[in-house]
Amino acid sequence: MTASTPRTAYWRGFRAALPFTIVVGPFGLLFGVVGTEAGLDVAQVMGFTVLVIAGASQFTALQLMQDNAPTLIVIASALAINLRMAMYSASFAPHLGRAPLWQRALIAYMNVDQTYALSHADYEAAPSQSTAAKAAYFFGASTPIIPVWIGASALGIVVGEAIPPALALDFAVPITFIALITPALRTLAHVAAAVTSIVMAILLSFLPWNLWLLLAGLIAMMVGAEVERRMGTRP
Amino acid sequence: MTEIWIIILALGAGTFVIRFSFLGILGNRALPLWLLRHLRYTAVGILPAMVTPLVLWPEATGGQMDPSRIAAASLALAVGLWTKNAIWAIVVGMATLWGIGWLMG
Repeated sequence: MTASTPRTAYWRGFRAALPFTIVVGPFGLLFGVVGTEAGLDVAQVMGFTVLVIAGASQFTALQLMQDNAPTLIVIASALAINLRMAMYSASFAPHLGRAPLWQRALIAYMNVDQTYALSHADYEAAPSQSTAAKAAYFFGASTPIIPVWIGASALGIVVGEAIPPALALDFAVPITFIALITPALRTLAHVAAAVTSIVMAILLSFLPWNLWLLLAGLIAMMVGAEVERRMGTRP
Repeated sequence: MTEIWIIILALGAGTFVIRFSFLGILGNRALPLWLLRHLRYTAVGILPAMVTPLVLWPEATGGQMDPSRIAAASLALAVGLWTKNAIWAIVVGMATLWGIGWLMG
Protein backbone atom coordinates (compact mmCIF):
# COMPACT_ATOMS: atom_id res chain seq x y z
CA MET A 1 0.00 0.00 0.00
CA THR A 2 2.78 2.44 0.88
CA ALA A 3 4.17 2.05 -2.62
CA SER A 4 0.95 3.26 -4.23
CA THR A 5 1.55 5.67 -7.09
CA PRO A 6 -0.97 8.37 -8.04
CA ARG A 7 -2.09 6.19 -10.93
CA THR A 8 -2.79 3.08 -8.84
CA ALA A 9 -4.34 5.24 -6.11
CA TYR A 10 -6.66 6.88 -8.66
CA TRP A 11 -7.97 3.54 -9.88
CA ARG A 12 -8.25 2.16 -6.34
CA GLY A 13 -10.47 5.14 -5.48
CA PHE A 14 -12.43 4.74 -8.69
CA ARG A 15 -13.18 1.07 -7.99
CA ALA A 16 -14.09 1.69 -4.35
CA ALA A 17 -16.55 4.42 -5.35
CA LEU A 18 -18.20 2.54 -8.20
CA PRO A 19 -20.74 0.65 -6.04
CA PHE A 20 -21.87 3.91 -4.45
CA THR A 21 -23.22 5.17 -7.77
CA ILE A 22 -26.07 2.72 -7.12
CA VAL A 23 -27.18 4.84 -4.18
CA VAL A 24 -25.97 8.27 -5.27
CA GLY A 25 -28.04 7.75 -8.44
CA PRO A 26 -31.45 7.31 -6.74
CA PHE A 27 -30.64 10.13 -4.31
CA GLY A 28 -29.88 12.54 -7.17
CA LEU A 29 -32.89 11.27 -9.09
CA LEU A 30 -35.07 11.92 -6.07
CA PHE A 31 -33.89 15.53 -5.88
CA GLY A 32 -34.76 16.06 -9.53
CA VAL A 33 -38.23 14.60 -8.95
CA VAL A 34 -38.97 16.43 -5.69
CA GLY A 35 -37.51 19.73 -6.91
CA THR A 36 -39.62 19.69 -10.05
CA GLU A 37 -42.72 18.80 -8.03
CA ALA A 38 -41.96 21.75 -5.75
CA GLY A 39 -42.16 24.05 -8.76
CA LEU A 40 -38.47 24.66 -9.52
CA ASP A 41 -37.57 25.00 -13.20
CA VAL A 42 -34.82 22.99 -14.88
CA ALA A 43 -32.13 25.65 -14.34
CA GLN A 44 -32.96 25.95 -10.64
CA VAL A 45 -32.89 22.20 -9.98
CA MET A 46 -29.58 21.90 -11.83
CA GLY A 47 -28.29 25.04 -10.08
CA PHE A 48 -28.78 23.31 -6.73
CA THR A 49 -27.30 20.06 -7.95
CA VAL A 50 -24.18 21.51 -9.58
CA LEU A 51 -23.41 24.46 -7.27
CA VAL A 52 -24.25 22.90 -3.89
CA ILE A 53 -23.72 19.11 -4.38
CA ALA A 54 -24.96 18.32 -0.89
CA GLY A 55 -28.16 16.29 -1.02
CA ALA A 56 -29.24 16.52 2.61
CA SER A 57 -28.97 20.32 2.66
CA GLN A 58 -30.67 20.63 -0.73
CA PHE A 59 -33.65 18.64 0.53
CA THR A 60 -33.72 20.77 3.67
CA ALA A 61 -33.73 24.00 1.63
CA LEU A 62 -36.49 22.64 -0.60
CA GLN A 63 -38.61 21.62 2.37
CA LEU A 64 -38.27 25.03 4.06
CA MET A 65 -38.97 26.89 0.79
CA GLN A 66 -42.23 24.95 0.47
CA ASP A 67 -43.06 25.92 4.06
CA ASN A 68 -42.53 29.56 2.99
CA ALA A 69 -39.75 30.05 5.54
CA PRO A 70 -37.85 33.36 5.29
CA THR A 71 -34.94 33.26 2.85
CA LEU A 72 -32.36 33.77 5.59
CA ILE A 73 -33.73 30.86 7.66
CA VAL A 74 -33.65 28.61 4.59
CA ILE A 75 -29.99 29.46 3.90
CA ALA A 76 -28.90 29.22 7.55
CA SER A 77 -30.60 25.86 8.18
CA ALA A 78 -29.28 24.27 5.00
CA LEU A 79 -25.76 25.56 5.73
CA ALA A 80 -25.95 24.22 9.29
CA ILE A 81 -26.41 20.71 7.86
CA ASN A 82 -23.26 21.24 5.81
CA LEU A 83 -21.20 22.42 8.78
CA ARG A 84 -20.15 18.80 9.27
CA MET A 85 -18.08 19.34 6.13
CA ALA A 86 -15.89 21.83 7.99
CA MET A 87 -14.84 18.84 10.08
CA TYR A 88 -14.31 16.78 6.91
CA SER A 89 -12.18 19.63 5.57
CA ALA A 90 -10.16 19.75 8.78
CA SER A 91 -9.58 16.01 8.83
CA PHE A 92 -8.32 16.18 5.21
CA ALA A 93 -5.87 18.98 6.03
CA PRO A 94 -3.04 16.78 7.38
CA HIS A 95 -3.32 14.46 4.36
CA LEU A 96 -3.97 16.90 1.51
CA GLY A 97 -2.74 20.22 2.92
CA ARG A 98 0.38 20.12 0.74
CA ALA A 99 -1.51 19.59 -2.51
CA PRO A 100 -1.54 22.52 -4.98
CA LEU A 101 -4.20 25.16 -4.37
CA TRP A 102 -6.23 24.29 -7.47
CA GLN A 103 -6.37 20.65 -6.35
CA ARG A 104 -7.44 21.63 -2.84
CA ALA A 105 -10.18 23.88 -4.29
CA LEU A 106 -11.40 21.08 -6.55
CA ILE A 107 -11.31 18.59 -3.66
CA ALA A 108 -13.28 21.05 -1.51
CA TYR A 109 -15.90 21.40 -4.26
CA MET A 110 -16.35 17.61 -4.57
CA ASN A 111 -16.02 16.74 -0.86
CA VAL A 112 -19.33 14.96 -0.30
CA ASP A 113 -20.13 12.27 2.28
CA GLN A 114 -19.23 9.38 -0.04
CA THR A 115 -15.97 10.75 -1.45
CA TYR A 116 -14.94 11.90 2.03
CA ALA A 117 -15.71 8.64 3.83
CA LEU A 118 -13.99 6.51 1.18
CA SER A 119 -10.88 8.70 0.97
CA HIS A 120 -10.52 9.19 4.70
CA ALA A 121 -10.73 5.43 5.25
CA ASP A 122 -8.00 4.92 2.64
CA TYR A 123 -5.72 7.57 4.21
CA GLU A 124 -6.20 6.00 7.64
CA ALA A 125 -5.38 2.54 6.29
CA ALA A 126 -2.26 3.77 4.45
CA PRO A 127 -1.14 7.06 6.03
CA SER A 128 2.33 7.04 4.48
CA GLN A 129 1.10 7.48 0.91
CA SER A 130 2.35 10.59 -0.89
CA THR A 131 0.11 13.66 -1.03
CA ALA A 132 -0.16 13.17 -4.80
CA ALA A 133 -1.39 9.59 -4.30
CA LYS A 134 -3.90 10.69 -1.68
CA ALA A 135 -5.25 13.44 -3.93
CA ALA A 136 -5.40 10.97 -6.82
CA TYR A 137 -7.42 8.55 -4.67
CA PHE A 138 -9.92 11.33 -3.95
CA PHE A 139 -10.21 12.26 -7.63
CA GLY A 140 -10.63 8.58 -8.48
CA ALA A 141 -13.47 8.27 -5.99
CA SER A 142 -15.08 11.46 -7.36
CA THR A 143 -14.94 10.34 -10.99
CA PRO A 144 -17.98 8.02 -10.82
CA ILE A 145 -19.80 9.77 -7.93
CA ILE A 146 -20.07 13.41 -9.06
CA PRO A 147 -21.21 12.94 -12.70
CA VAL A 148 -23.75 10.29 -11.62
CA TRP A 149 -25.11 12.69 -9.00
CA ILE A 150 -25.54 15.48 -11.57
CA GLY A 151 -26.83 13.20 -14.34
CA ALA A 152 -29.34 11.48 -12.04
CA SER A 153 -30.84 14.82 -10.98
CA ALA A 154 -31.29 15.77 -14.64
CA LEU A 155 -32.97 12.41 -15.23
CA GLY A 156 -35.22 13.01 -12.22
CA ILE A 157 -36.51 16.21 -13.83
CA VAL A 158 -37.46 14.22 -16.94
CA VAL A 159 -39.01 11.09 -15.41
CA GLY A 160 -40.73 13.02 -12.63
CA GLU A 161 -43.75 11.39 -11.15
CA ALA A 162 -43.39 8.11 -13.04
CA ILE A 163 -41.48 6.77 -9.99
CA PRO A 164 -43.81 4.87 -7.63
CA PRO A 165 -43.61 5.93 -3.95
CA ALA A 166 -43.46 2.21 -3.06
CA LEU A 167 -39.78 2.23 -4.06
CA ALA A 168 -39.19 4.36 -0.93
CA LEU A 169 -36.21 6.06 -2.54
CA ASP A 170 -36.02 8.42 0.43
CA PHE A 171 -34.58 5.54 2.42
CA ALA A 172 -31.59 5.18 0.10
CA VAL A 173 -30.13 8.12 2.05
CA PRO A 174 -29.90 6.62 5.56
CA ILE A 175 -29.03 3.19 4.15
CA THR A 176 -26.06 4.72 2.33
CA PHE A 177 -24.83 6.45 5.45
CA ILE A 178 -25.13 3.23 7.49
CA ALA A 179 -23.16 1.39 4.81
CA LEU A 180 -20.49 4.10 4.89
CA ILE A 181 -20.14 4.01 8.67
CA THR A 182 -19.92 0.29 9.39
CA PRO A 183 -16.52 -0.40 7.79
CA ALA A 184 -15.13 2.48 9.86
CA LEU A 185 -16.09 0.83 13.18
CA ARG A 186 -12.66 -0.73 13.58
CA THR A 187 -11.84 0.08 17.20
CA LEU A 188 -13.64 0.46 20.52
CA ALA A 189 -13.19 4.24 20.24
CA HIS A 190 -14.94 4.32 16.85
CA VAL A 191 -17.82 2.21 18.20
CA ALA A 192 -18.12 4.43 21.30
CA ALA A 193 -18.28 7.54 19.09
CA ALA A 194 -20.97 6.01 16.85
CA VAL A 195 -23.12 4.87 19.79
CA THR A 196 -22.79 8.29 21.47
CA SER A 197 -23.77 9.92 18.20
CA ILE A 198 -27.03 7.93 18.01
CA VAL A 199 -27.94 8.42 21.69
CA MET A 200 -27.25 12.16 21.51
CA ALA A 201 -29.28 12.54 18.31
CA ILE A 202 -32.28 11.12 20.20
CA LEU A 203 -31.69 13.01 23.47
CA LEU A 204 -31.07 16.37 21.75
CA SER A 205 -33.73 16.05 19.04
CA PHE A 206 -35.80 18.83 20.64
CA LEU A 207 -33.17 21.45 19.68
CA PRO A 208 -34.06 23.64 16.66
CA TRP A 209 -32.06 24.50 13.52
CA ASN A 210 -30.06 21.31 13.38
CA LEU A 211 -28.21 22.31 16.53
CA TRP A 212 -28.84 18.74 17.73
CA LEU A 213 -26.77 17.40 14.83
CA LEU A 214 -23.80 19.66 15.48
CA LEU A 215 -23.86 19.02 19.23
CA ALA A 216 -24.30 15.26 18.84
CA GLY A 217 -21.37 15.17 16.42
CA LEU A 218 -19.15 17.24 18.68
CA ILE A 219 -19.92 15.16 21.80
CA ALA A 220 -19.43 11.90 19.87
CA MET A 221 -16.03 13.09 18.62
CA MET A 222 -14.97 13.98 22.15
CA VAL A 223 -16.05 10.54 23.41
CA GLY A 224 -14.14 8.81 20.58
CA ALA A 225 -11.01 10.86 21.26
CA GLU A 226 -11.22 10.28 25.01
CA VAL A 227 -11.65 6.52 24.64
CA GLU A 228 -8.65 6.45 22.29
CA ARG A 229 -6.56 8.46 24.78
CA ARG A 230 -7.45 6.13 27.68
CA MET A 231 -6.77 3.01 25.66
CA GLY A 232 -3.42 4.55 24.79
CA THR A 233 -3.51 3.16 21.28
CA ARG A 234 -3.64 4.70 17.87
CA PRO A 235 -6.19 3.00 15.66
CA MET B 1 -38.02 33.68 -8.59
CA THR B 2 -34.98 35.78 -7.67
CA GLU B 3 -35.36 34.53 -4.09
CA ILE B 4 -34.79 30.97 -5.23
CA TRP B 5 -31.60 31.99 -7.02
CA ILE B 6 -30.41 33.92 -3.98
CA ILE B 7 -30.87 30.73 -1.94
CA ILE B 8 -29.08 28.60 -4.54
CA LEU B 9 -26.11 30.97 -4.88
CA ALA B 10 -25.77 31.61 -1.15
CA LEU B 11 -25.99 27.90 -0.39
CA GLY B 12 -23.48 27.06 -3.13
CA ALA B 13 -20.97 29.71 -2.03
CA GLY B 14 -21.46 28.99 1.68
CA THR B 15 -21.05 25.25 1.21
CA PHE B 16 -17.85 25.74 -0.78
CA VAL B 17 -16.40 28.02 1.91
CA ILE B 18 -17.23 25.39 4.56
CA ARG B 19 -15.59 22.62 2.52
CA PHE B 20 -12.55 24.74 1.66
CA SER B 21 -12.06 26.20 5.16
CA PHE B 22 -9.44 24.07 6.88
CA LEU B 23 -8.08 22.41 3.77
CA GLY B 24 -7.58 25.74 2.01
CA ILE B 25 -6.46 28.02 4.82
CA LEU B 26 -4.59 25.75 7.21
CA GLY B 27 -2.90 24.07 4.28
CA ASN B 28 0.65 23.14 5.24
CA ARG B 29 0.47 23.89 8.93
CA ALA B 30 0.62 20.92 11.27
CA LEU B 31 -2.42 20.43 13.47
CA PRO B 32 -2.00 19.67 17.20
CA LEU B 33 -2.28 16.03 18.27
CA TRP B 34 -5.41 16.51 20.39
CA LEU B 35 -7.21 18.03 17.41
CA LEU B 36 -6.14 15.20 15.12
CA ARG B 37 -7.37 12.72 17.71
CA HIS B 38 -10.82 14.35 17.60
CA LEU B 39 -10.89 14.62 13.83
CA ARG B 40 -10.43 10.85 13.47
CA TYR B 41 -13.99 10.51 14.76
CA THR B 42 -15.74 13.07 12.52
CA ALA B 43 -17.42 10.56 10.23
CA VAL B 44 -18.46 8.07 12.93
CA GLY B 45 -19.49 11.00 15.14
CA ILE B 46 -21.77 12.82 12.72
CA LEU B 47 -23.18 10.31 10.25
CA PRO B 48 -24.95 8.09 12.85
CA ALA B 49 -26.60 11.19 14.35
CA MET B 50 -27.77 12.25 10.90
CA VAL B 51 -29.17 8.77 10.18
CA THR B 52 -30.99 8.30 13.49
CA PRO B 53 -34.02 10.58 12.87
CA LEU B 54 -34.24 9.42 9.23
CA VAL B 55 -34.66 5.86 10.51
CA LEU B 56 -36.79 6.51 13.60
CA TRP B 57 -39.01 9.35 12.37
CA PRO B 58 -38.96 9.25 8.55
CA GLU B 59 -40.60 12.13 6.72
CA ALA B 60 -42.11 9.75 4.16
CA THR B 61 -44.39 8.34 6.87
CA GLY B 62 -45.19 11.73 8.34
CA GLY B 63 -42.75 11.22 11.21
CA GLN B 64 -44.39 7.98 12.40
CA MET B 65 -42.13 5.08 13.38
CA ASP B 66 -42.08 2.53 10.60
CA PRO B 67 -41.12 -1.06 11.56
CA SER B 68 -40.07 -1.92 8.00
CA ARG B 69 -37.61 1.00 7.87
CA ILE B 70 -36.20 0.13 11.30
CA ALA B 71 -35.82 -3.52 10.24
CA ALA B 72 -34.15 -2.48 6.97
CA ALA B 73 -31.70 -0.19 8.76
CA SER B 74 -30.89 -2.84 11.41
CA LEU B 75 -30.23 -5.49 8.78
CA ALA B 76 -28.06 -3.09 6.76
CA LEU B 77 -26.07 -2.36 9.91
CA ALA B 78 -25.69 -6.06 10.75
CA VAL B 79 -24.59 -6.96 7.22
CA GLY B 80 -22.20 -4.00 7.13
CA LEU B 81 -20.60 -5.07 10.40
CA TRP B 82 -20.43 -8.70 9.35
CA THR B 83 -19.12 -8.34 5.80
CA LYS B 84 -17.35 -4.95 6.15
CA ASN B 85 -18.75 -4.41 2.68
CA ALA B 86 -20.80 -1.27 2.06
CA ILE B 87 -22.52 -2.45 -1.07
CA TRP B 88 -23.90 -5.62 0.54
CA ALA B 89 -25.25 -3.52 3.38
CA ILE B 90 -27.07 -1.27 0.90
CA VAL B 91 -28.44 -4.16 -1.17
CA VAL B 92 -29.74 -6.04 1.89
CA GLY B 93 -31.15 -2.84 3.45
CA MET B 94 -33.15 -1.77 0.40
CA ALA B 95 -34.21 -5.36 -0.39
CA THR B 96 -35.54 -5.71 3.17
CA LEU B 97 -37.57 -2.53 2.85
CA TRP B 98 -39.01 -3.55 -0.52
CA GLY B 99 -39.61 -7.14 0.65
CA ILE B 100 -41.58 -6.09 3.71
CA GLY B 101 -43.48 -3.50 1.67
CA TRP B 102 -44.37 -6.18 -0.87
CA LEU B 103 -45.43 -8.72 1.79
CA MET B 104 -47.64 -6.17 3.51
CA GLY B 105 -49.20 -5.32 0.15
